[in-house]
Amino acid sequence: MAEFDRAHRIFVSYIDKSREYYLARGYANPYQWAHYEDAPFATLMKPLRECRVGLVTTAALNEETAKIKRVYSSSTTPPPDEMYTEHRSWDKKATHTRDVESFLPVRRVSEFAADGRIASISPRFYGAPTDFSQRRTIEGYAPSILDLCRADCVDVVLLVPL
Amino acid sequence: MVIGSAKDIVEQCGVARFVFSDFPLGNSCGKPYDATMQRAIVGMALDLVETARFPRTTVQTPFAWDSTGEWRVEYMKL
Repeated sequence: MAEFDRAHRIFVSYIDKSREYYLARGYANPYQWAHYEDAPFATLMKPLRECRVGLVTTAALNEETAKIKRVYSSSTTPPPDEMYTEHRSWDKKATHTRDVESFLPVRRVSEFAADGRIASISPRFYGAPTDFSQRRTIEGYAPSILDLCRADCVDVVLLVPL
Repeated sequence: MVIGSAKDIVEQCGVARFVFSDFPLGNSCGKPYDATMQRAIVGMALDLVETARFPRTTVQTPFAWDSTGEWRVEYMKL
């Protein structure tokens, strides 16, 4: 690992970076990030080997649907070979998203099902739009995804934001 | 259960369980085409689902993106 300035944290602070980046471009009204004193938590109600696992992504199925701020679902069989991600703020200089498994691991989760570590992967994965509006996320998108997960009898959800 | 690379944003929000990949944003489930690493990271997430006893439990993967760490400086560089 290269030497870093030990007067600073080693991890990238995206809160600091994005605030300074947009401030330098004249946006003096920084984003107010979500913060909660309490986080929801539940332990498993049954062994993991009996659980169905679902995946939530912030990627879109294609460029057209990326323009629509709406929760969607799509089959995990066959696993998606490509997803549209250009509308998301991942690090386009350092890496790429051509391997869907690097951010939406349908095949990897299916392998754990085949090995008996989990019972199954959900028949669908779920797409969440990202939105500056925390209200729309909490009151709209999140309950919609919960409904889909319940309809598919999902026990455990892995959320992988890009 | 969240698998992600923006540690500060996820932890400031507060989630039940978090697997932190100290990677550039975009590949928090493992490097592209590295199925072994992806399997290890997804496996850590499943382990954490089973073992966490308190909310805001964070586990960091043992993987480094590269030996230089230059991506940390380059992203949103002014």
